[in-house]
Amino acid sequence: MPNTLGKPNLEIFADTLLTEAKKNSKIIVVTSDSRGSGKLVPFGKELPQQIVEVGIAEQNLVGISAGLSASGKKVFAVSPASFLTARSLEQIKADIAYSDQPVCLVGISAGISYGQLGSTHHSIHDFAVMRCINNMTIVAPADNFETSEVIKQAVNYNHPLYIRYGKKPMLDIHSNKTQFQIGKAIIIEEGEDVALIATGETVQRAFLASQILKENNINSTIVSMHTIKPFDSETFLNIAKKSKVIVSIEEHSEFGGLGEQCASLLAQNQINTNFKIIGIPDEYMVNGSQSDVLDHYNMSPEKIAKITKSLID
Amino acid sequence: MTDINLKKKSLEYRKTILEIIFRSGAGHTGGSLSCVDILNVLYNSVMDISPENFSKIDRDHYIQSKGHSVEALYTVLCDCGFYQREDLDTLNEFNSHFIGHPTKKIPGIEHNTGALGHGLSVAVGLALGLKKDKKKHRVFTLLGDGELSEGSVWEAATSASKYNLDNLIVIIDRNKLQITGGTEEVNPIEPLSDKFESFGFNVQEVDGNSIESLLNTFENIPFQEDMPNMIIANTIKGAGISFIENQVSWHHKVPTQEEFNLAIQELEENLKNA
Repeated sequence: MPNTLGKPNLEIFADTLLTEAKKNSKIIVVTSDSRGSGKLVPFGKELPQQIVEVGIAEQNLVGISAGLSASGKKVFAVSPASFLTARSLEQIKADIAYSDQPVCLVGISAGISYGQLGSTHHSIHDFAVMRCINNMTIVAPADNFETSEVIKQAVNYNHPLYIRYGKKPMLDIHSNKTQFQIGKAIIIEEGEDVALIATGETVQRAFLASQILKENNINSTIVSMHTIKPFDSETFLNIAKKSKVIVSIEEHSEFGGLGEQCASLLAQNQINTNFKIIGIPDEYMVNGSQSDVLDHYNMSPEKIAKITKSLID
Repeated sequence: MTDINLKKKSLEYRKTILEIIFRSGAGHTGGSLSCVDILNVLYNSVMDISPENFSKIDRDHYIQSKGHSVEALYTVLCDCGFYQREDLDTLNEFNSHFIGHPTKKIPGIEHNTGALGHGLSVAVGLALGLKKDKKKHRVFTLLGDGELSEGSVWEAATSASKYNLDNLIVIIDRNKLQITGGTEEVNPIEPLSDKFESFGFNVQEVDGNSIESLLNTFENIPFQEDMPNMIIANTIKGAGISFIENQVSWHHKVPTQEEFNLAIQELEENLKNA
């Protein structure tokens, strides 16, 4: 399994979208003063007719995206995840999801990517709010490969789609043979002792935790649950039935995200296993860099490994 | 279509609006009656939209931002042949797609609305997409006046102007009432014309319940090259039924049997004299 350091998913998104948009003039990017943050300056320079700028107005960003989509364009609406999924939530619900406009909503700098900028800029609510909007697909790609694949698939995805990722370089966790499909979880490694279910950029932390566990003779199944909705229940339940210990890890509130989805499936399928959700607890959050905050909230590889091990013992 | 035929249609439409609201036991009576003349003129004389071309992009487009006045829209679309009256008569029944706000499940409706302040952004996006593809067709959108307190309307207005959308025609149903009371008491929006002019619109005011005035105004679209068009349609909430006109209480009041009979009688007399 390769684990070299790749690029930020943000860059992969921008590069992939530019490549796709050069081939397909129907692709339009809509930004809310976010082209710099979204690494879309080259896109704007190379394809000025395919970028629409609405200024700092996220509600308008989403409404205009719905209208452009209705005119036959394939729209990527790009804005920080925190604002996109909170400020314009009603537009997402009514104009995109309910109206079934196949707009791709791209939440950049998701989770706690903005670190010290504070909770106004964090999106630890987005899985929860987007999950309970009908007709919304949610994807959090783990690494450069998943990001590139999801963007390519998004071009031909005919329903509303929300993609969120961060801006730090990511480990390449997949081999060349991996297949990516929206809605289908990727089993990175299979091990008989514990299962680590992670999504987005916490997958690499789960992967690093599994290496620590391996040093302690504990073999992990590692899953990249990139698609939060529709959830790949089948893969999850197959793994859950074989696992005595399951830990979910997400850069999101403990409420309403990956962990609670897993808990719901475990409970409703009478699977009695040692299960733990690792996410951001309901408190006034500590301040720090993304990495420091994630480490603080039990998402360092060491703490994930320790918590997992404690569930076995 | 001649003015007199359009005037008769407006009276017939008012009858239908009252019938479906009375029958289903719910609806936005006042607002539907204030905007029905606008819809009449748009669908029968101005816009290139029909059941035959509806599935194509190459036609005019209409988004009703004030979605709650859906009974007027349902009535006009029915008359234009998008569906049968028996379909419309399922309004508000269990499992009917004819509900209290427009959805794309209804033939002839192209965007789901209901939450206020959304339609203008969507119309701007649609008009921008058509303009980028150098298509000549236009996008019409109808907003309520109470709706103008929504900040998103003004976000959208800035983009309409930035992108020189002369293919966008925004109509305000300026009936001066909203659910709580007068718009100027609830949250003043005047001077409306000046506001939209300063946002880069070419603004025209019109008697929104006068077929002649509406026809004359729509004839001059685009008012000015490269500028979005704004029509402030001064209307009367509840227009056409004497005892419903200008009454806050008729925002979404359903007529009693007696009120219904009186209203239909008044409309039929007006039809006889038309």
